[in-house]
Amino acid sequence: MSRFKKTEKRSVPQPPSGSLSDIVFMLLFFFMVTTTMRETENKVMVKLPEASEVAKLERKDLTSYINIGTPIRSLQAQYGNDSRIQLNDSFKTVDEIRDFIAAERDAMSEADRSFMTVAIKADETTRMGIVSDVKQELRKCSALKIMYTARRPAEE
Amino acid sequence: MGKKTPEINSSSTADIAFLLLCYFLMTTTMDQDMGLQRRLPPMPDPNQKVEDQKVNRRNIIIVKINSADRLLAGTEPMHVSELKDKIKEFLTNPVDDPNLPEKEEIQIEGYGPCMVSKGVISLQNDRGTSYQAYIAVQNELVKAVNELRDEWAMANFGKTYINCDEDQQGIVRKAVPQNISEAEPKDVSKK
Repeated sequence: MSRFKKTEKRSVPQPPSGSLSDIVFMLLFFFMVTTTMRETENKVMVKLPEASEVAKLERKDLTSYINIGTPIRSLQAQYGNDSRIQLNDSFKTVDEIRDFIAAERDAMSEADRSFMTVAIKADETTRMGIVSDVKQELRKCSALKIMYTARRPAEE
Repeated sequence: MGKKTPEINSSSTADIAFLLLCYFLMTTTMDQDMGLQRRLPPMPDPNQKVEDQKVNRRNIIIVKINSADRLLAGTEPMHVSELKDKIKEFLTNPVDDPNLPEKEEIQIEGYGPCMVSKGVISLQNDRGTSYQAYIAVQNELVKAVNELRDEWAMANFGKTYINCDEDQQGIVRKAVPQNISEAEPKDVSKK
């Protein structure tokens, strides 16, 4: 009897914090699994255009990215501020897209090759001339599934 | 003595885990890539004759964007905001105007015969057109088709396109096709 009284006398019972670390670990694992480290460094400045009818990209692993825009400020002294194409980690010309697509295609399994998508990430101020050149080149290497990456306009 | 075995102080594991958590929170990129999906036409076969590609004039609407981002749909210049209604009218042809595209009855698997418009939207741009204007126009075209699909799905299945199951979506896609052709690049500015 006296033992029960003792516990009642305590002012505020501490909430059990033993499971706190478990909860945090669960969150941690969630982020560890979902995280994808940025593989390439952006060398061009890309501000995506706005489009309200955007659809989600389904298979991120089957997507190759082509970035088009003006070089970032620190590289402008070297490359000027004309629109450039960036594939992987370096500036490329339109003619080199062919090799890039071939390399990306080789890296995929046979079954996935037909689902390959090329995402064009172009800055909104880019002129269509360079984009048309890229599109023609993609047609030539029959990478026909493309996506114009855009962002959803901020809702007001 | 020996009553209690000393426990490892575990109160700091939460802190350690929090640190790791913060690290991953910072480095993670959850951004889903969004965009407008398109299928490019395959490169024309050099042996193929040009004649069989001819499309009836009334079935095609040419949307042109010039280097100043001005828009021309059919024969009249217009603002981007007007384009959607124009395209919807073009694709539905509500009063069977002889200048608007003809409709063709086709059999859709799982649905039956259906009148499908033969209209094709041809999008032409100049080399000097800005990408932003181009995407804005593409977006309006997609929006027009999406709204027509929604209307068609609403009339036939009683729900919007997004809420239809996969088979129904396939039927809707066949009934309201998205025929947008991106023409070979042309220099519109030079006369």
